[in-house]
Amino acid sequence: MKRILFLGVGNLHRADDGVGPALADMLTADAAFMAKGIEVQPHSGEGASLIHLWMGADKVVIVDAMKSGLRCGTIKRFDAAHEALHHGVFRYSSHLFSLAEAVEMSRTLGTLPPEMIVYGIEGKEFTFGAAMSPSVVRALKKVEATVRDEFADL
Amino acid sequence: MATAAKTTKAKATKKSAPKKETNAKSGKSMTRTIQVDELSRVEGEGALFVRVKDGVNKEWKFRLVEPPRFFEAFLQGRSYMEVPDITARICGICPMAYLMGAQQAMEDALGIQVTKPIRDLRRIMYCGEWIESHVLHAAMLHAPDFLGLDDVLQLAATNKDVVTNALQLKKLGNDLLEVIGGGRAIHPVNTRVGGFYKIPSKKALYALKDQLKWGIEASIAIAKLFGTFEFSDYEDDYHCVSLRHPDEYAIVEGRVVTNRGIDIPVRDFHKQFKEVHAQHTTALQGWTRDNEPYLTGPNARYTNNYSQLTKLAKEVAKEVGLGTTCFNPFKSILVRMVETVYACEEALRLINNYEEPDVPFIESTPKASEGFGMTEAPRGVCYHSYKMDHNGHILKAVISSPTAQNQPQIERDLFGVVERSLDLDEAALKHRCEQTIRNYDPCISCSAHLLRLTMVRE
Repeated sequence: MKRILFLGVGNLHRADDGVGPALADMLTADAAFMAKGIEVQPHSGEGASLIHLWMGADKVVIVDAMKSGLRCGTIKRFDAAHEALHHGVFRYSSHLFSLAEAVEMSRTLGTLPPEMIVYGIEGKEFTFGAAMSPSVVRALKKVEATVRDEFADL
Repeated sequence: MATAAKTTKAKATKKSAPKKETNAKSGKSMTRTIQVDELSRVEGEGALFVRVKDGVNKEWKFRLVEPPRFFEAFLQGRSYMEVPDITARICGICPMAYLMGAQQAMEDALGIQVTKPIRDLRRIMYCGEWIESHVLHAAMLHAPDFLGLDDVLQLAATNKDVVTNALQLKKLGNDLLEVIGGGRAIHPVNTRVGGFYKIPSKKALYALKDQLKWGIEASIAIAKLFGTFEFSDYEDDYHCVSLRHPDEYAIVEGRVVTNRGIDIPVRDFHKQFKEVHAQHTTALQGWTRDNEPYLTGPNARYTNNYSQLTKLAKEVAKEVGLGTTCFNPFKSILVRMVETVYACEEALRLINNYEEPDVPFIESTPKASEGFGMTEAPRGVCYHSYKMDHNGHILKAVISSPTAQNQPQIERDLFGVVERSLDLDEAALKHRCEQTIRNYDPCISCSAHLLRLTMVRE
């Protein structure tokens, strides 16, 4: 049986950074979606544990907030199994071992899953305890539909 | 009357300033400035500044530029039971240092003695923190310095086995924390003043035994590889400050000792050592009462407590070229790996002897009191003291992080290293300075909450 993961990366308490975990919560609450056998998890984005988490998986879909200078709410889709993720876009901590570094480390070590799709949603507000930006809330709804499509063949 | 806020504003730019080399009009004077505004591969925001004029070291500063976080201030008025869970948030790399130091201080204040199994569980968790923190720093952040590589991605490309094993070791450290800490490695939720909310089962701990046996071998292999690195012969006459326990290599408790004869209970720490506010950094600096810098961390522990390491850890130390003391800051990478070997062995020993306690925690009743706590965080001693009122509400909190304490010694190392490296070109000298700071595995964001503030409202 194939191992398929959805990871919502970020921090629910940091406004737009919570977009990934928020989507993980929405999918977990959907019994029909969960019946597909997909492992759905919110995740802090700590790179080393991400590497262990997706090791051996057949397909992984990830949603994370990004800070790249694009307009707030912009959605980007990256085929991470076949293209490098830009360093510094998915920032996690000052130890600089975030989602992008974890993907590239896995690629170097030969443990990157054969299918890995990363959705980045441009955020603007990352203040602790602040509300999610309206444009990120709208983007979350769009990404939810797109992510469901990613698993449509299951 | 009023209180509060006057804060030091950090001026950190996003990119390193270009190197500057100035010939004075006379042609006689030459100033070299090494400036790194954003240090990489350290936890938090730090900067360094070194100025050399006419071949003489004129100015050297290590700045912590994280904004202060006011933990000591906002703990006031909170219940003593809440404090450990709040202080744990000071750090995501070494939360145990803050969580356990606060717990111990509360237990000290209220006269609570925890049972041996509870103490053993705490020590196992702390071993987990040493493993995950030491390996993250040594293998993934520090090792690239010795190999001329930019980062761990390059290391993974050239030495896949080391990085794979380091990642697995880090996971092992996290697993130890998770099994006892309630499923969370970063900020455990199962610990409390007096013990634990729920006792982990023997079965859950025994499940980690094979991983720990593997961990001993894997950390030895990494230590041996790092032993082949070329090291600067720089040494300093360090005043090594650590905990010492009569029966074990001190991690979770002990007396404060130094290699210059200080031997005091934790409660007297600030009688011998003080915190000083320097203008160029947001964290209070640690000095002896005689105005000397001091060293805390792996090299200090190793120097003070070498005799208490296991036979195997001592053998590994000897094989990688360490003596019975270590005064070379660059060799801290070796000491970290020796301590990782020890932590794996120690966790395994404690798990083998583990008996589930009858009660998960010792009850406590608040009273007007004062308590002190100190543990050996991966990067050095972490001191806590609290005063509470008869309801258990905190009146005063003092927390000294290891990186804050080490700042003056880091600056002294910078001075010494630069003085011996003036023949290097700018890029090499800058790298040497950064490496000198990384020797300390500085946890900068932990340290920058210690600024004392005064505000006047009219």
